[in-house]
Amino acid sequence: MRLIDILDRITRPLLLLLVMSVDRILTLIQGRVGIDKMGYFFVLPNLLIFGIFVLFPMLLNLYYAMTGGTKLFPADRPFVGLDNFATLFDCDDFLSPNSCQEDLFWRGIFNTIQFVVLQVSAIVLFSLLTALALNRRIIARGFFRSVFFYPVLLSPVVVALIWKWVLQYEGVLNAIVELFGGESMRWLLDTNWAMFWVVFVSVWALMGFYTLILLAGLQSIPPELYEASSIDGANTWQDFRFVTMPLLMPTMFVVLVLSLIRAVQMFDHIFVLTGGGPGTRTQLMVQYIYTTGFSNQIQLFGLSAAASMVLGVSLLILTLLQLRLGNQSSLA
Amino acid sequence: MARVTDLGGLAQYYLDMTPYLSDPAYWEENFGPFLNWKRVPGDDSSIPGFMTQLTITGPFINRTLFEQAGVDVPSDMSDSVTWEEWAEASREVAETLEIPYPMAMDRSGHRFAGPAISMGAMYFDDMGHPTVMDEGFRNMAEIFVNWHLDGTMHPEMWPLSEGYANAYEEFANAELAFYMAGSWAVGQFSEAIGDAFDWQAVPNPCGPGGCTGLPGGAALVGIATTEHPEEVARVMEYLTSQDVLGEFGARTLFIQAHAGLSESGIDWNTDLQLAKDALSVFVGQVGTLTQTAFDLQAYIYNRNVFNATRDRLTQALVGELTLDEAIERIQDDVDTALAEVSG
Repeated sequence: MRLIDILDRITRPLLLLLVMSVDRILTLIQGRVGIDKMGYFFVLPNLLIFGIFVLFPMLLNLYYAMTGGTKLFPADRPFVGLDNFATLFDCDDFLSPNSCQEDLFWRGIFNTIQFVVLQVSAIVLFSLLTALALNRRIIARGFFRSVFFYPVLLSPVVVALIWKWVLQYEGVLNAIVELFGGESMRWLLDTNWAMFWVVFVSVWALMGFYTLILLAGLQSIPPELYEASSIDGANTWQDFRFVTMPLLMPTMFVVLVLSLIRAVQMFDHIFVLTGGGPGTRTQLMVQYIYTTGFSNQIQLFGLSAAASMVLGVSLLILTLLQLRLGNQSSLA
Repeated sequence: MARVTDLGGLAQYYLDMTPYLSDPAYWEENFGPFLNWKRVPGDDSSIPGFMTQLTITGPFINRTLFEQAGVDVPSDMSDSVTWEEWAEASREVAETLEIPYPMAMDRSGHRFAGPAISMGAMYFDDMGHPTVMDEGFRNMAEIFVNWHLDGTMHPEMWPLSEGYANAYEEFANAELAFYMAGSWAVGQFSEAIGDAFDWQAVPNPCGPGGCTGLPGGAALVGIATTEHPEEVARVMEYLTSQDVLGEFGARTLFIQAHAGLSESGIDWNTDLQLAKDALSVFVGQVGTLTQTAFDLQAYIYNRNVFNATRDRLTQALVGELTLDEAIERIQDDVDTALAEVSG
């Protein structure tokens, strides 16, 4: 007798017993609540997890945002209403962070906007180009797919440390620059280069994931459509413009939404690579929230919670906007 | 029991061991001046624990580099060398030998405080409220910023880090002539450098406010929630006996804040003469610490001042803030945080 048959013989009665017990319980519940309300029962476990780990912390965060002091326990914290939000938005000129009471918050906002625009654009563009390339019949396609995906598997700390060693003054990049007769630079100390490099490193580290999604999208396009367009005399560009892009658009929106959320939440790569520097040039909102609430000796949980509310609401608006645009585009 | 470095910041959680100690007077006698660092404001009698390590901030130099460059070591010629004199000598060493960094200072407001007090910073106003709005603090901050702009200081350490950062690696690799760190580095340099080159601790540079570093260190304390206070006290009594503490200090190369050991001295457990000499220099520095330095170390919210100093001066180094804006922001940050505590 084969092993699989033995296992089948043992597990079959057990599974049957389990199914019968579950069926009995569910029948009992259905008898009480009625078939119409059984749906609620099935989503209850997920709702519970969502409530405990997502909704409750969100509400708690809202409460913290409306309290002051330095005590940790909510009951010990004095209610201050919207004072923390007023502190965050206390600015003479919103375009000049130095005129704001919480200048670091506004520096974080401006840096985040710049980072998100650059990083998301780069991720979408390069992921698309890479996916298109990897979707073609090229030599060692499997190897190249692995190569592009490999950085995704690395810990953000490892990624940042590798690039820190590459970019430091006595690092690999300067060695190459000198090899070609150039002069060594302090790449991360220059305020403009620093932003470029944090975008570059994060794109390098994350684009493999989005490439994979787009690749799946490309492979789901029926080849008959390309055959039809070929019969109609379409060239490669027209294939891309009128077949690939429209059918890839829903996947593109998924990539856009996911990469946008990840970009706004970016912390780990930058924290290790530049520490938010030089100065605060690459300090994003999440780092401001972390330092205000946790890394200072006097921890301002209220201000930190208020800043995270602002971040959360901004993200929500952006995502809704994107989804709306996505829906309009697919309807068109 | 716990080993802590935020001595005053955690004071509310410490166990007062006085009722459980067989000889509380021994503690007062030997650890007296340092017990205050572990007490909450207003408390002047509790015995929460003892310092396992007394640290003093201060500079190290790579003497071999000075000799190779033919530059006189300023502290060989004078007992009170200024910061400017050290900077000039270090720059000369770096230029002659083409090493990348003349000077470096740990990225820490604690490390900056000693030099600032030496330049006349008061750190507290007449009411005892922390302040950085004085000429002494500004003078040191200005020198510090200028040294970053002209390349005297390690250019990346302060601007490109979050939180604390050090230059151990650069110093151990002989890329750095003068390094402002502290006595705790002696053990690490003994391990990492040994006698590969002559490294040396030198007295803290001087200014109008003195020639002070900042004291600090780590302590072993009892925790108030313990269910076994008697046992905690017994272990503490064993650890603080002069023999045991002396041996602990000798093996770890940690300076001890124990009056009896200060008198008898510690036979450092190392064959490395460089380490013994460095420790002697730091022990000798205890007498040059100013009252402001002791007060700042004892101040319960000193890290609030240190961190604001570190972060805002960094912004001035890269041009995000002017020096005066940075100093105002330090004061604002300190005041805002303290207002939250009292509110």
